[in-house]
This record gives sequence, structure tokens and C-alpha cells, in this order.
Amino acid sequence: MNAVRPHRLMIVDDSNIMRRKIERSQEIPNVEIVGTAGNGREALELHASSRPTLVTMDLTMPEMDGIECVEQLVDRDPDIRILVISALADKATAIEALEKGASGFLCKPFTERQLNDALVKLIES
Amino acid sequence: MSLQGEIGTFVSAVLQYFDTAVQQAAVVGTPYLALGKPPEVFDYTGMIRVSGKRKGVVYFTAPKGMLSVMLMRMQETDMSDANLRDLVGEVANTLSGNARKDFGRNFIISTPSVVTGSSSTIGYSPDTRPIVVPIDWRTYHANLVVCLN
Repeated sequence: MNAVRPHRLMIVDDSNIMRRKIERSQEIPNVEIVGTAGNGREALELHASSRPTLVTMDLTMPEMDGIECVEQLVDRDPDIRILVISALADKATAIEALEKGASGFLCKPFTERQLNDALVKLIES
Repeated sequence: MSLQGEIGTFVSAVLQYFDTAVQQAAVVGTPYLALGKPPEVFDYTGMIRVSGKRKGVVYFTAPKGMLSVMLMRMQETDMSDANLRDLVGEVANTLSGNARKDFGRNFIISTPSVVTGSSSTIGYSPDTRPIVVPIDWRTYHANLVVCLN
């Protein structure tokens, strides 16, 4: 029997409570958390070592913001699937994130159900 | 948009945070103008600065006990200062997000910042009159302060 390779999730958010909330929330089968990062620069370093296939990405972060990080991650790996999770709920921000290569957008604050639904959509996209 | 409508945007952001992230509704008290003395500042304050069509500051200020219980409701076990700052910063983040969505480009909204200590002074222009919106949750009391010219 062939084992299904798990999706490898990296969580990027400058808020510790948000990172922990996402870690606790995700109950989707076959998703393994490979690491968390507090800003875009840390995320790029972690990407190099842990090769995630899925990413949850905050936008407003110190050092390197989420939009720039999305662009660089997609540049490195065009198949990576990125769910932007941000309180910046205006259309222009969402469109910019999608144009840079994000696959989905979830507004903060969110419920566990909304996060899981968004991750399932991301996996199925 | 009228000032009343703008205040509604910020009130909705705070209520949305309680409803969605904390999963327990907060209640809005009767807003009042803080005349004569500055509005009360609690242990942790998350704020955004606004410029453009209007200038000023908007902040959510709450006591440590309230934020700690909010974290518990969110299944967070770490009640450290860093996490309490994080939480009040996330509320301010929601204020910022709602303002950008509702007000568009007429307003420039800063990234949220956090100050701690009930003796903190929040700087605002003397020609503005702060409007205090009491936020009650369980037995706790916090304030949303909208101070725009």
C-alpha cells in the first residue's frame, strides 16, 4: 500500500498567539507542520531547510512583509500554495497578494472552522 | 462617511474580534466625550494612528485580567507579557484592517503599536475630543478610544 505524502505546512506570522492558534487549529488529515517563522526573512530561511508545500502567511510583519515573502517563495517554488491570513481586509490588498502568487486569502480574526475550510480549499486548489 | 459611521467601523472591529477570535460577545456601553481629563488607560493598549482625511489616534485599552481570560478562551496557556501585548496588538490590527476596508484611500492607517502600563500617556492633538466607547466583557471593562479631528 502506498503511503500518501503529507502536505508540509509552514506558518508565518509575527504574532506568537496567532502562530500557536494556527498550530492548534489545523485538524486536516495529512498536514504536517514543518515550522513557524516570525517574519518574511525567517520564512525564506525556513523554506530552504524544510521545503514546505503549504504556507499560511501574515502580511504586516517586521523585516520583510508578507507580500514580498510571497513573491520570493513563489519565485523559488511555483507550486507552493500560500494562504494569506491578514487583518488587512481591503480588496486592493487581497488582489495584490493574489497577483504576487498567493492562492487564497483569509481575513483575521477567523474561527477554527474558517481556517480549516480555507486550508482544505488550498490543498484542493 | 460621518464621524459616527467611522466610529461604527472601529466598534464593529472590536466586537468582531470578540465574536470570532474569543468566541464570546462583548457589549458596547454608551459612548461619551472625555472632557476635562484624558481617557483612562489600562494595562495594555493597542493603537493605530490615522492621517489623511482625518488625523488622530484610535486605541483599544484593556486590563491584564481581561486579556488573560481572553487568551484562556482562545485556548492559549501562556499568559506572558509578550502574549498579552500580542493580543492587544491583534485587536489593533483588526481596527486597522477594518479602517482600511471601510475608509479606502482617504485615510492612511499606521501599523499597530502597543504600549503597556496604566500610567501610559497616549499622545493626541489638543484640538481633538476623544470619544470613549466602553467595552464590557464578562466582568471586565475596557475602552475603545477614537480621537480624530
